[in-house]
Amino acid sequence: VTCQDIADFLGSYHDGTLSEAQRAVFEEHLGVCPDCIAYLHSYEMTIKLSKTAGAKAYHPQCANAPEDLIRAIIDARKRST
Amino acid sequence: MNAFTIESELLSGLRAGDENVCDQFVRENTRRMLSLAWRFLRNEDDAADAVQDAFLSAFRSLDRFEGASSPATWLHRIVINTCLMKLRSKSRRRTCSIHDLVPSFDDTGHHAEPVSRWSESAFDTLVSAENHDQVRECIDLLPEDYRTVLVLRDIEELDTDQTAAVLGINPGAVKTRLHRARQALRTLLDPFMSDGKEREIAPPK
Repeated sequence: VTCQDIADFLGSYHDGTLSEAQRAVFEEHLGVCPDCIAYLHSYEMTIKLSKTAGAKAYHPQCANAPEDLIRAIIDARKRST
Repeated sequence: MNAFTIESELLSGLRAGDENVCDQFVRENTRRMLSLAWRFLRNEDDAADAVQDAFLSAFRSLDRFEGASSPATWLHRIVINTCLMKLRSKSRRRTCSIHDLVPSFDDTGHHAEPVSRWSESAFDTLVSAENHDQVRECIDLLPEDYRTVLVLRDIEELDTDQTAAVLGINPGAVKTRLHRARQALRTLLDPFMSDGKEREIAPPK
């Protein structure tokens, strides 16, 4: 197994969809390859960062009840029916 | 009244064009849908347009809605589809090429570049609220097809099959794109994440 193989299967490893045998091979490589450990570590941090930054990724103004937009939608619905 | 009764009353009110029910449906869902649209379009006016278009198209197609999910979930899908259509029709801002962002390997299958060590302290800095813009700007640099999958899977938390259905691609393609999108985002975040020791030579293998 090469680092390239490890990089290809990282997503499946992270999602827990590798077979037990595949996971054993994966982890055996990790045990002897600091680069792949570092890469895995940074891959998992990346996922956490996009979750936290993304989950709160609304424009500050979207946080308030957007009364203008609500009115516009309600009016447009009435015009179209 | 149980949740199911409330949902079916909501649906019949919407279908009958009951003014109070329709207004309330708009009032209760606009804010969340606006946040959702903003995640895709990253522009306030475009997001507002998409939400309005989505509501109107939802109201128009109520008779085709089979009630398999709640009206709010159904609306959620329509907003996503509306945003995706807007993204496709628009000439998008500059993005990076995916090939430049995924890791490269030498002939023996080893990382071609040294892999930097990300520090916990850099992570703590970037994960804090005042630095979310930095992460979002990196997400924005992903090529559109990859950014969309990352937003749907890792941020909106749809599963692989749901994402495949929304995008009209197969689940295998969703997995591949998600993995490449994460790898590419990792590359874009890399400059913020090492503590200066990143060029340290890894111990011999």
